[in-house]
Amino acid sequence: MSDITKQSLTELVENIKNKKLCSTDVTKAFIDRSEKSEKLNAYITNDFTSALDKAKKFDQKPNFNLKLPGIPMAVKDLFCTKNIKTTAGSKILNNFVPTYESTVTENIWNEGAILLGKLNCDEFAMGSSNETSFFGNVQSPIDKNLVPGGSSGGSASAVAGQLTPVTIGTDTGGSIRQPASFTGIVGLKPTYGSCSRYGIVAFASSLDQAGPMAQNVKDCALLHEVISSYDAKDSTSIDFKRNHYGKELTNNIKGKKIGIPKEYRVDGMPKEIEDLWQKGIQYIKDCGAETIDISLPNTSYALPTYYIVAPAEASSNLARYDGVKYGFRAKGENLIDMYEKTRSEGFGAEVQRRIMIGTYVLSSGYYDAYYLKAQKVRKLIKNDFDEAYKKVDAILTPSTPSSAFKIGEKTNDPVSMYLNDIFTVPVNLAGLPGISIPAGHDSKGYPLGLQIIGKAFDEQNILNIAYAMEEKINFKNKITDWWIK
Amino acid sequence: MSKKDSEYLINRKDNQYEVVIGLEVHAQVLSESKLFSTSATKFGAEPNTQVSLVDAAFPGMLPVINEFCVKQAIKTGIGLNAKINKRSVFDRKNYFYADLPQGYQISQFKDPIVGEGKVILDMPNGQKEVGIERLHLEQDAGKSIHDLDPQNTFVDLNRSGVALMEIVSKPDLRSPDEVNAYIKKLRSIMRYLGTCDGNMQEGSLRADVNVSVRPKGSKEFGTRCEIKNVNSIKFMQMAIEYEANRQVDLIEEGKTIDQETRLFDTKKNETRSMRSKEDAHDYRYFPDPDLLPLEVSEKFIEELRNDIPELPDDKKKRFIEEFKLSPYEANILVSDIDTAKYFEEVVAKMGKNKDIKLAVNWITGELFAVLNSKGLEISQSPVSAKNFAILINLIKNGTISGKIAKTVFELMIDGDKDPQKIVEEKGLKQQSDPKALEALIDKIINDNREKAIEYKQGKEKLFGFFVGQAMKASGGKANPQLINEILKKKL
Repeated sequence: MSDITKQSLTELVENIKNKKLCSTDVTKAFIDRSEKSEKLNAYITNDFTSALDKAKKFDQKPNFNLKLPGIPMAVKDLFCTKNIKTTAGSKILNNFVPTYESTVTENIWNEGAILLGKLNCDEFAMGSSNETSFFGNVQSPIDKNLVPGGSSGGSASAVAGQLTPVTIGTDTGGSIRQPASFTGIVGLKPTYGSCSRYGIVAFASSLDQAGPMAQNVKDCALLHEVISSYDAKDSTSIDFKRNHYGKELTNNIKGKKIGIPKEYRVDGMPKEIEDLWQKGIQYIKDCGAETIDISLPNTSYALPTYYIVAPAEASSNLARYDGVKYGFRAKGENLIDMYEKTRSEGFGAEVQRRIMIGTYVLSSGYYDAYYLKAQKVRKLIKNDFDEAYKKVDAILTPSTPSSAFKIGEKTNDPVSMYLNDIFTVPVNLAGLPGISIPAGHDSKGYPLGLQIIGKAFDEQNILNIAYAMEEKINFKNKITDWWIK
Repeated sequence: MSKKDSEYLINRKDNQYEVVIGLEVHAQVLSESKLFSTSATKFGAEPNTQVSLVDAAFPGMLPVINEFCVKQAIKTGIGLNAKINKRSVFDRKNYFYADLPQGYQISQFKDPIVGEGKVILDMPNGQKEVGIERLHLEQDAGKSIHDLDPQNTFVDLNRSGVALMEIVSKPDLRSPDEVNAYIKKLRSIMRYLGTCDGNMQEGSLRADVNVSVRPKGSKEFGTRCEIKNVNSIKFMQMAIEYEANRQVDLIEEGKTIDQETRLFDTKKNETRSMRSKEDAHDYRYFPDPDLLPLEVSEKFIEELRNDIPELPDDKKKRFIEEFKLSPYEANILVSDIDTAKYFEEVVAKMGKNKDIKLAVNWITGELFAVLNSKGLEISQSPVSAKNFAILINLIKNGTISGKIAKTVFELMIDGDKDPQKIVEEKGLKQQSDPKALEALIDKIINDNREKAIEYKQGKEKLFGFFVGQAMKASGGKANPQLINEILKKKL
């Protein structure tokens, strides 16, 4: 039984369908390992007891036509789950139990999966190291005292550490791809509008997207097929023809044109990242695809643009956490005093910093210089991609400018922390799909990822490219189980 | 009345001041559900029973535009002769308040759904055009209730998210009377369109009133003050009167007017400063990223345009032409859609040989009096248009006299009775049989021989006496014309 948790999602589904395994065995195995993995601090809330009940129920009356038959799964604690506490990693929602289910998780349960629990994340998904969570930082399974990345840090740790076969995260500026890269797993940020935002605690509405995180590309494609759906409850959801991403997955990418953007060769980027990129280019060629040098001239403006747009939206999105209706409330002398105390005590430092930035850039007299200008630059960044896609089918870049860092290393330097997102934010600003796949290790043995950026709604294409490259890269994650015993 | 006589001016010593008024009217969209959620909008429901997760701003909840409300706004725009914008944008207006669950109100700031338009007012001295600056859609907030508990404030979110149309006028109004006419005209148009019930008691229609003054003849605007949230026409007029005089007094004293937001205290009949320009909220408007820009096609607008009923201005014109009414009569009938409906139904039911003038007089006279005394709307009239038409016809064809008709009308009120039946049952039919009347008159002349002789000798005043006697003897039912004829012959 001990090897159950080492199996991929695809294998588990196969084995359950072939009755080699039952949902109860699989669920038990992941619960056992999760229980032994408290040191990782990957979970905020577990739902193990009822998960086992559901697994038993599934086994009594199994439906093998489902895409995730009896598969246990933990999800990021940004997804509202009915009757299960949903905190967004914040004190201000520490006692919040939704009466409703997010569309994305609903899609997952409808395909037969079973909720294991809610995974740790940066507070309101604001962070790149999972250190801003009210529930403490998450340890990376890669090494002790290493950050798993963020904001979907709990999700990344749980998949890499085999606490859950797959999971879902959310990605506003890299929150799926960066932690995937840091922990040696696969993470996909879908096209904006592909996955419903209904029931996901909002960070920056025009950028937020849910997406799958998995051990391999095939699992990732299968999970994406489940979560992507048009949803009338989300006005920004797009009704386009969705592929059977898992079924249609192919490693034949012969003749594809892959762009290599020169602007991603940033100052001070470690040589090992450059080497990894070159290796990636070679793999692309080995797969029979072609690489073409391209230019995305406005890339250097992406990060400052992102750090105006995202906080602006966040400052407004987080206004609802005021102590009046639900969540944490501090006692105050009057309404204003209650607001001030509730929000000062309820939000952590990073969230407060971003609310202040956002409030500032939207305020009268600064709006034009910051928010409006950022919107214009955002358009230029999108135009860059549109221009590039006249010549290429996809774009290959490193996922992050460095490998994972130590816990505490960047806590007091927000700007250096923000720089983590330099390769991922342009994708969110342009609303495009991007996938990070593990592609090698740095000198310390920490995983490094490559990012493939696609055209809008062209997830199948980047999944195929990732699938083909994965085969060539043959990456093995070095998990020593250091946290167990 | 000449135009000059009707000017509303504030006089001080040698100076005369003109008052400049612009209104921001908040009209609740007539809709079963809210602007961005499916919750009900019924007035007077138990607190917090018409609240969805979206209205209460739960985490992860998203707004979805209610297409019906969009249609209502466009229809209203068409009724205001305004430009309909095919692309409009919803913005967030950010501020904190306990009854604003999202921490922002979804409104339209830079790109409203309806642009410039105009309405025509019928003033005693002629027509006046008032420009419309814009109409935009926005959410209403909830309600804070401060007087239920000494320590706590209660919040009712039933209203949270209800669709409002904010209709902004140009600063074209010049007097409390014009404001009265403007509000009534807006309400009339929206009731015709069925886009707002205009019920001010229930808060379906309220306004922020912008007031400034300037020396008569001046082309420049003075500094304006905004009086927030006034919910009756009377209060608007009182507030303007007070505020204009306050501003004039300041100018006369050589002081300046501060641009500020003020409140009207209905008990003290005065406006009070609420917040100055410096304390004004910074609402940090920005496009709501949860909503795509609202785009409507030409076809969509055209279909709504084809759906627009005849509006008061057109109806008035038609009434004047078709029914030969005076502009004054037409105005009275068209200002309220239900009155116009009632009138047209009466006209239709009267059939071929109809007396429209008579019907108008009876509607604006007897019927209005009854409705007034009973505090009823014409839609609740105790006399149906059908029976009303029968009554008018009975007068017209001589079955009953106007005087008897009043008696019949009173009997009709209780249970909408058929006047024909009342006339028959009570024997109120006019006596027009010459033989019967001749007999009756013979008797009267016989009984009053001396007076008959006096009349014949030249005392003509006595003719009226005989008419009176004859009417009395017939119980008021005798055809007065016939009585006259017969008396003349017999005497």
